[in-house]
Amino acid sequence: MTKQRAAVLGTGQTHHTTKRTDVSMPGLLREAVDRAMRDAQVDWSDIDAVVLGKAPDLFEGVMMPELFLADALGASGKPLLRVHTAGSVGGSTSLVAASLVQSGVHRRVLTVAYEKQSESNAMWALSIAPPFSMPVGAGAGGYFAPHVRSYIRRTDAPDHIGALVAVKDRRNGALNPYAHLRQEDITFDSVRASQMLWDPIRYDETCPSSDGACAMVLGDEAAGDAVDGGAAWLHGTAMRTEPTTFAGRDQVNPQAGKDAAAALWKSAGITDPLSEIDVAELYVPFSWFEPMWLENLGFTEEGSGWKLTESGATALDGTLPVNPSGGVLCTNPIGASGMLRCAEAAKQVMGRAGDYQVDGARKAVGHAYGGGSQYFAMWLVGADKPEN
Amino acid sequence: MFEQAKRGDSLRVSTYARPPLAPISRTCFTLSVITEETPLHAPLEIGFDYTRSLGPVLTHFMTQLANRRITGIRGSDGRVHVPPVEYDPHTAEALTEFVDVSDVGTVRTWSWVSHPVEGQPIQRPFAWALITLDGADTALLHAVDVNSTEQIHTGMRVRVRWADEPIGHITDIAYFVPADAGEERGDAPTPPRPPATERAEDGAVSTVITPIRLDYTHSVSPEESRYLRALAEGRMLGQRCPECEKVYIPPRGACPTDGVPTTTEVELPDTGIVTTFCIVNVPFLGQRIQPPYVTAYILLDGADIPFLHLVLGCEADEVRMGMRVRAAWKPREEWETSLQNVDHFEPTGEPDAPYDSYAHHL
Repeated sequence: MTKQRAAVLGTGQTHHTTKRTDVSMPGLLREAVDRAMRDAQVDWSDIDAVVLGKAPDLFEGVMMPELFLADALGASGKPLLRVHTAGSVGGSTSLVAASLVQSGVHRRVLTVAYEKQSESNAMWALSIAPPFSMPVGAGAGGYFAPHVRSYIRRTDAPDHIGALVAVKDRRNGALNPYAHLRQEDITFDSVRASQMLWDPIRYDETCPSSDGACAMVLGDEAAGDAVDGGAAWLHGTAMRTEPTTFAGRDQVNPQAGKDAAAALWKSAGITDPLSEIDVAELYVPFSWFEPMWLENLGFTEEGSGWKLTESGATALDGTLPVNPSGGVLCTNPIGASGMLRCAEAAKQVMGRAGDYQVDGARKAVGHAYGGGSQYFAMWLVGADKPEN
Repeated sequence: MFEQAKRGDSLRVSTYARPPLAPISRTCFTLSVITEETPLHAPLEIGFDYTRSLGPVLTHFMTQLANRRITGIRGSDGRVHVPPVEYDPHTAEALTEFVDVSDVGTVRTWSWVSHPVEGQPIQRPFAWALITLDGADTALLHAVDVNSTEQIHTGMRVRVRWADEPIGHITDIAYFVPADAGEERGDAPTPPRPPATERAEDGAVSTVITPIRLDYTHSVSPEESRYLRALAEGRMLGQRCPECEKVYIPPRGACPTDGVPTTTEVELPDTGIVTTFCIVNVPFLGQRIQPPYVTAYILLDGADIPFLHLVLGCEADEVRMGMRVRAAWKPREEWETSLQNVDHFEPTGEPDAPYDSYAHHL
């Protein structure tokens, strides 16, 4: 049996902020789920299966949260899967949900991803030092900052590129009513003046800690055909993994990311991503990762990602708008962040992105990475049905 | 992230303990350390006082607990769920009809705990029981304080023993006792109460604190144990892959690229270079080193993979990619089986390594 066509029927997300103490964990998920189901115009009886994703359990201190969330997700009597691939989980969860439709197993699948970071403290949870080791871990920023430095050295990038990305994404986020950080007044100078946290990464170049959730309803061809104004059709998906450390590993431009992107372009028949893709939602938790991923995904040759950023090509009105929603730099409920990328890509090709809609968006990429840049998940959605 | 890093939540940091000294045995001719090849292990304790925001349904439940009342919620099929559920198990719709239930109920089934572990509701032998409170249709799992298995049975009537000072937490229900129990058994020993949360002006309990602690025994591989024991002697011990000939420190026992066992040990010098680094200026919960400090990937001479360590001995802004460094060991009497025997790395003053010599290690 060949792969079946699949489409995003609707998306939903919470209002994201540092502490959503007004809702329980199930309530947080339902805020996103209810919006996605309304957007997709489906009811619980239309849903055949539920796929849940979130990042490490230590963040909320709840083992196997899918069990206690089953009621809230309408999963009684239905298949319920939980996916976990660290920070990329929102992306891989979207892909697992898509595969349940593409395989012909289910007609409509609800997928949801979340993080409620305020229940603990991510810096703490990501810095547990096991015995016998040197306790030098300093959260995600401490992990990625040395590799950002390597990128700058390798490509001779001017040191202001990170600030350019931060200003762009935060201003984009101001157009997104759901974004956690909405800073229309942020300036290049204010970013440059913000505190150096993990040198070379400044405070304004980092993502916030957010509580939030994202949900989507995916469906088969018949369901996609029925979407008012057009569904977001899946043109390709790709997932790749590599070990966190091995001798000779390229930490700046990981092979798994390159391989995943190459597979994605091939499956979707893309030969020149930069000209064929209209918008990209890339997982950029630290501003420097925009140019790094532009190279890793093959939008530009190695060493040139920062030039693309500096040229303004990735701005909302550029040739390849990157993170028009504001991206991870504005909103980071870790487990949901990857699904937000996939959902925002879908919103763009469905024409439902509101004030940050990219004119004429027909093909969009959603991308996520996680762990020590070792998990990659991405999808390509289009306004038109794929040819095969 | 920075905002959270500054939060002053209570925290039990992971603790370290020196591994037990190797027992020794005397034979006719030699004094040998019989556990020389035994993998090392040490306790690892992880704990956090998690904050739970309750949402409308559990806020009502917890607030009522603080008043020594128990509230359930009616589901779409008319059944009363205790504790209340936020969403209906059948229709997934949000539920809103609260129903007060009794603090007396009936044991549906039970099992006996002869050796309670830390954190369980009663710190002497007790029974776990599924208890249906009068007015409820679902059973609640809780502890019943009785002397022995002779004194509990399915169908037995039990009542709540409330905590002395209810705070609006599930632990306000300290445990259950037989409905007709007198005072003869006295109060059961119970674990420490969790911290109370601040309540809203109207007295509502909208968040609770749930302390969670995990106690692990962290064991390391035989190969890493040899490396750690070498560190205790001031030596850097790695392993070479027989296929790709890459030298790993710490050694892993198998090459992650070739998948073959690594058996050849390689002693490395305590000198090397900084490949890349960052300067940590951010304070955070559980941090073990006072910022600012330089976290650097150190590539020892002869190694093919760097490890993370500290660089001191110069200003943070003088640290460079390619800078030559040497280990600054702690005083010998402080050595143990840990990379922490190296207090930090410091500049040797030699010329920097050229970029091309380490570019493939980034």
